[in-house]
Amino acid sequence: MTPILEMRGITKRFPGVVALSDVNFEVAPGEIHALVGENGAGKSTLMKVLSGVYPQGSYEGAIVYDGEERHFRGINDSEALGIIIIHQELALIPLMSIAENIFLSNPPARFGVIDRSEVYTRAQALLAKVGLTENPDTLVTNIGVGKQQLVEIAKALSKKVRLLILDEPTASLNETDSEALLDLLLEFKAQGIASILISHKLNEIARVADHITVLRDGRTVDSMDCRGQAVEEDRIIRSMVDRDLEHRFPKREPNIGETVFAVENWSVHHPLHPERQVIRNVDFHVRRGEIVGIAGLMGAGRTEFAMSLFGRSWGQKISGTARIGGKVADLSTVGRAIAAGLAYVTEDRKQLGLLLAEDIRKNVTLSNLPAVSRNYVLDDVAELKAAGDYRARMRIRSSSVYQETGKLSGGNQQKVVLSKWLFTSPEILILDEPTRGIDIGAKYEIYCIINELADAGKAVIVISSEMPELIGICDRICVMNEGAFVGEFSGADATQEKIMRSIVRKGSETP
Amino acid sequence: MSDNTAALTESKHSGFLKNNLREYGMLLSLFAIMLFFQFMTDGTLLRPLNLTNLVLQNSYIVIMALGMLMVIVTGHIDLSVGSVAGFIGALAAVMMVNWDVPFVIAVILCLVAGGLIGAAQGFWVAYFKIPSFIVTLAGMLVFKGLSLALLGGQSVGPFPTTFQKLSSGFIPELFPGGGTLYPTSLLCGGVIALLLVWFSVKGRRRQVSHGIETEPHGFFVFKNVVLFGVILYATFLIASHRGLPNVLVIMGILIAAYAFLTSRTTLGRQIYAVGGNERAAKLSGIRTERLTFFTFVNMGVLAALAGLIFAARLNTATPKAGLGFELDVIAACFIGGASAYGGVGKVTGAVIGALIMGVMNNGMSILGIGIDYQQVIKGLVLLGAVCIDVYNQRR
Repeated sequence: MTPILEMRGITKRFPGVVALSDVNFEVAPGEIHALVGENGAGKSTLMKVLSGVYPQGSYEGAIVYDGEERHFRGINDSEALGIIIIHQELALIPLMSIAENIFLSNPPARFGVIDRSEVYTRAQALLAKVGLTENPDTLVTNIGVGKQQLVEIAKALSKKVRLLILDEPTASLNETDSEALLDLLLEFKAQGIASILISHKLNEIARVADHITVLRDGRTVDSMDCRGQAVEEDRIIRSMVDRDLEHRFPKREPNIGETVFAVENWSVHHPLHPERQVIRNVDFHVRRGEIVGIAGLMGAGRTEFAMSLFGRSWGQKISGTARIGGKVADLSTVGRAIAAGLAYVTEDRKQLGLLLAEDIRKNVTLSNLPAVSRNYVLDDVAELKAAGDYRARMRIRSSSVYQETGKLSGGNQQKVVLSKWLFTSPEILILDEPTRGIDIGAKYEIYCIINELADAGKAVIVISSEMPELIGICDRICVMNEGAFVGEFSGADATQEKIMRSIVRKGSETP
Repeated sequence: MSDNTAALTESKHSGFLKNNLREYGMLLSLFAIMLFFQFMTDGTLLRPLNLTNLVLQNSYIVIMALGMLMVIVTGHIDLSVGSVAGFIGALAAVMMVNWDVPFVIAVILCLVAGGLIGAAQGFWVAYFKIPSFIVTLAGMLVFKGLSLALLGGQSVGPFPTTFQKLSSGFIPELFPGGGTLYPTSLLCGGVIALLLVWFSVKGRRRQVSHGIETEPHGFFVFKNVVLFGVILYATFLIASHRGLPNVLVIMGILIAAYAFLTSRTTLGRQIYAVGGNERAAKLSGIRTERLTFFTFVNMGVLAALAGLIFAARLNTATPKAGLGFELDVIAACFIGGASAYGGVGKVTGAVIGALIMGVMNNGMSILGIGIDYQQVIKGLVLLGAVCIDVYNQRR
């Protein structure tokens, strides 16, 4: 079969860097083609070349689409031919309705006047195709991220898509929504729409991909057909990182001490709807040197639980007791929680974790300025030393501690956030999705850091939506659903099935 | 640790020029603008009398720009400063002229009133999350109205001479009989220039001993020589008119204090953090509301001080005082590199921005350009400066 898309010898240079070097990439009609690689491997750059974001002439090589060589000068050129890209950060306008978003760039109109009933009916038809039953007049802000992703796809369908490119579509989706999305891709495949799927999640790729291309440092390093044969995860990982990752999770001998942090009868209400109890009289504890995972689906209340503990940063009408080292702890403000030895590494490092315009140094010391100042006057030498120490210890790859954190890769940004919290010398760390959106190599490094912290006698709580990760690193896993703990497993006993089952049971039996 | 130090040394100058281009670019623009007007006005711009006037004319803008910069850095704006300055001037006039309140007490009461006004506005912005644009727009109307009411629509003056000295006075001459030169002022300038150079050499030594210096050596020497020369020359010019104006002394102390506060203290660092990412700052244990509140209180006090200086300079309080000041002050901050999105901006930048505006006002007036086209040119300069900024950041 002649490929629908063929990219030949693509080389793209930026000042001082070769982002892509002689990349060859082929997509057959109606296949799902997975594009994998570490962050910075060149996946997004390749897709930007394809979609015309980098216009003809700014790169070398040829793009053959539908049997003809194409010269895209902009994204409109590629969209006209049915190449639609859906970016990781969704491009929907929150305060417009679903229908308005779908037809944002080309609304059905007569003499420039939008035909509202046409918009409505066509939107409804498109939504049905992606399995959404929402009213097209619903505002986008009122539906969840998973559904927003589907709206993006409906929008792509409205443009008569023939080649759909999805950049980490499931990064912020829970398992159920991810499944639904992957099913949709399979359905498109049946209709003859080809897809390029950029993803870090190998289990998803194993499920849907017909072909896998691996990029590393701007080159195609491997390409495998996986129709009719199992995907070799190890082979993918090996070619992605160019080092043998025998184990995706570092080994560790746990040395668990006494209970250091205990929460009793903790209850939290929604900040906007006071009658809604989001966390329901929860008991929880963690011991010194222990890594405890909190598993659960998106919306189970895990982040809300963590943030309500950390200086009451979420929710209202919070009740219950928190004890640190046996004594009742005052966690009523973030400052007090930090002073009590708590640290919370947020789920969303860009929005809630970092000052992106500031350098590594200023981010690292932000939560503990007294340690680098005397009488409120900053000691630049002490500050540089502290930041330099963490940069070396965490192996933050950067030109210096003066580098803006906004320009670091996801993994390095996460290390900066971790450094910031380690600099407060916490006894109890809550890490919320510590490896989201970072590549496999950096994930491994983060796991090593987590292990070191536990070995140093800290209590570590890890919230994650990736069950294999929790099973791989935790000594104990607590499963949360609808604001309550519904199951608990030791790290050795836990399996994905057991965790899922306890969620599905919805705590009808006592754990 | 050793390879850590090595890593620091290796990259210590990297990106120095790029990171500081903005600031030195501003300074160069100021010089260029001054040279331009110096040439166009046949040397009138830098005549001692005119230079002294330049300082007096712009002091209140510079002083308010210090507070405005912090407000803008936290991601807010204060549109009420002109009206507040006018209102405080009116209050001072009513107290001193109508009620015979002693000068010192009146000044203190006025500064406290400014602080209270700032607090009243900051309260809504910080704790009720009402957009500062709206709160201070309301404040602008309220205080414009109140100063009209307070003055009964009339000008009130003149002020007692002691109060006038605040604006029109010069530092006392300790060695009279110096002829056309004022030795005390000259001495002050010399001492300040020496102190500045000494401080920066000391700081550099400390950095070198820890291997963390950021400026290349040659640049450091050049910068200090230029700084020293400029201060000496400026003092020489000013000393050959009537000596250092009191206002210049107040302004100098405030600039130094705010530059230190914003760049070297934990409070300053936290203010930038709030502007850079308020939610992240809050989750890092910073009391964001309190800091926002503080910047507004501070702005109120500085607006009050500016109002007093302006009233003292006119020697009368008029209902029109302070009209449109907020625009000059805000423009100064943005020309000086502050970001409208918060988190970015420097005190030195705001001061340079205010001086650029001041020199342009002054130069254009000397050239006889009408107030109509002056506004047009100032508007275009503001737009141009911000455009260059945005363009540079995109590269």
